[in-house]
Amino acid sequence: VAAEPKVTTMRQAIAELVRDGDTVAIEGFTHLICFAAGHEIIRQRKRDLTLCRLTPDVIYDQMVGAGVARRLVFSWLGNPGVGSLHAIRRRVERADPAPLEIEEYSHFGMVCRYVAGASRLPFFPIRSYFDSDLPKANPRIVPIESPYGGETLYAVPPLNPDVTIVHSQRADASGNTQIWGLLGCQKEAAFAADRVIVVCEELVEEATIRQDPNRTVLPGLVVDAVVVEPKGCHPSYAQGYYDRDNRFYLDWDRIARDPQKLEAWLEEWVHGLESHAEYVDKLGADRWAELVPGEAWSDPVNYGQYA
Amino acid sequence: VSDGHGYSAAEMMIVASARQLEGERVCFVGVGPPNIACNLAKRTVAPELELVYESGVFGAVPARLPLSIGDPTLVSGSLQVTSMFELFAFYLQAGLIDVGFLGASQIDRFGNINTTVIGGYDNPTVRLPGSGGACEIAINARKVFVIMPQSARSFVPRIDFRTSPGHPAGGRPQGWLGSGPSVVVTGLGVYRFDDRSGEMHVASLHPGITPEEVRQNTGWDLKVPEAAERTPPPTAEELRLIREELDPQGAYTK
Repeated sequence: VAAEPKVTTMRQAIAELVRDGDTVAIEGFTHLICFAAGHEIIRQRKRDLTLCRLTPDVIYDQMVGAGVARRLVFSWLGNPGVGSLHAIRRRVERADPAPLEIEEYSHFGMVCRYVAGASRLPFFPIRSYFDSDLPKANPRIVPIESPYGGETLYAVPPLNPDVTIVHSQRADASGNTQIWGLLGCQKEAAFAADRVIVVCEELVEEATIRQDPNRTVLPGLVVDAVVVEPKGCHPSYAQGYYDRDNRFYLDWDRIARDPQKLEAWLEEWVHGLESHAEYVDKLGADRWAELVPGEAWSDPVNYGQYA
Repeated sequence: VSDGHGYSAAEMMIVASARQLEGERVCFVGVGPPNIACNLAKRTVAPELELVYESGVFGAVPARLPLSIGDPTLVSGSLQVTSMFELFAFYLQAGLIDVGFLGASQIDRFGNINTTVIGGYDNPTVRLPGSGGACEIAINARKVFVIMPQSARSFVPRIDFRTSPGHPAGGRPQGWLGSGPSVVVTGLGVYRFDDRSGEMHVASLHPGITPEEVRQNTGWDLKVPEAAERTPPPTAEELRLIREELDPQGAYTK
């Protein structure tokens, strides 16, 4: 059976695969956070999403500020290296302009929720949460006795997103996906999901993937759509392609403190643009030039030829 | 801001923290002051120190000051990049981490830490970031070092939420790999914990800090000896490393 072509636009991928009320994970630990996908979800005015991420980061502050989310599942709520996420805090602290449901874990708890989800297990046991108030705040974190006796552990429930979105350095048209640099928990979050959108900096031939199979994080088998979106992580980064734009993370602190400024930012940078390509242009060549890293290549390895 | 000694309070905190790492091997690093302290220790008292970041990096050699724990400079030149599952399961939960650094918004006399909320959980006055990896670090790192600002609002008799456990009454039960917080470094002094009672006591006060200042900035009746030990001030070489190599912009140390 010929596979359906998977390469599509961000607009079409989000329109077809992200539905109102879905549980959505755009993962990536500081690295490879797909802001382009978040912006398209905002642009299409999706509603009532449950957003999952270890670190909601500026991307979810923008999405929560834009009103796409009803619920947030997370383990560390901050603007990394800067401070707070003000749009989320307004909703949590003052229900302003509406309440936001939260479901909170630790990092290891969230990671193991994806592992349980990807493995189709009913729970995952970890050695954490002893004498912490987190299980009181979140009754889904449950103490369990080891079936082999002798100790108490804590169980976390599986997390199976409706949609997981993974940004990568490169992928082929079937969705075979390679990542280097920080790996976060994208593999676990993707295998746990019903639907997977892979976004890549570069679309490559399958032969390129096959030259270096150890670098493959996801097989096309679990991928539903492939979107080519260069610079799609800004202000997050793609290792070896562009650096994190720390200036934007600092700017966001000022923008997000004021709901009117936040609204104006969304109008100018999301709703007012047709696509991420326009966003890239609007940022300007000078800004991008600041973000180009130096080079640090690895030596090739010999996989051997066994014909 | 210099406090008149030729170095800032932040520099004193970083230097005092770095010295505590003498002889340590594997350290779970945080961003900001802990990162500078660990890199300073690697250049001074702990050359064998391996820097581990919860983002999934083992053996990092940051070429610039990382602005977050996911900075790309941590990856380039490191010994290994792991998934977060491997890092938390095979390294931290398996007991390979000798020292974990934690920050805190509130701490109590037993080293219990709050980084979740000020006020009630369901109606917080201030929503703080939450655990991140802190809860499992507090339980599974062999030792825990805390770096935090000290005031009567942060050194409190009762924390509003226990994100990360310290020393429970009666000692740590079986199943906890780590021995809990061993040292707290603030802008005023260095504190340690009594092996039996698990209670915090003064190890040393930084130069120029009076016992009265420490009492005023502690929310419980901490005993502060009038003749408390003194933290040796930063050496010229420690200050040079911080200012020229580790934080030349003074992002965390001015």
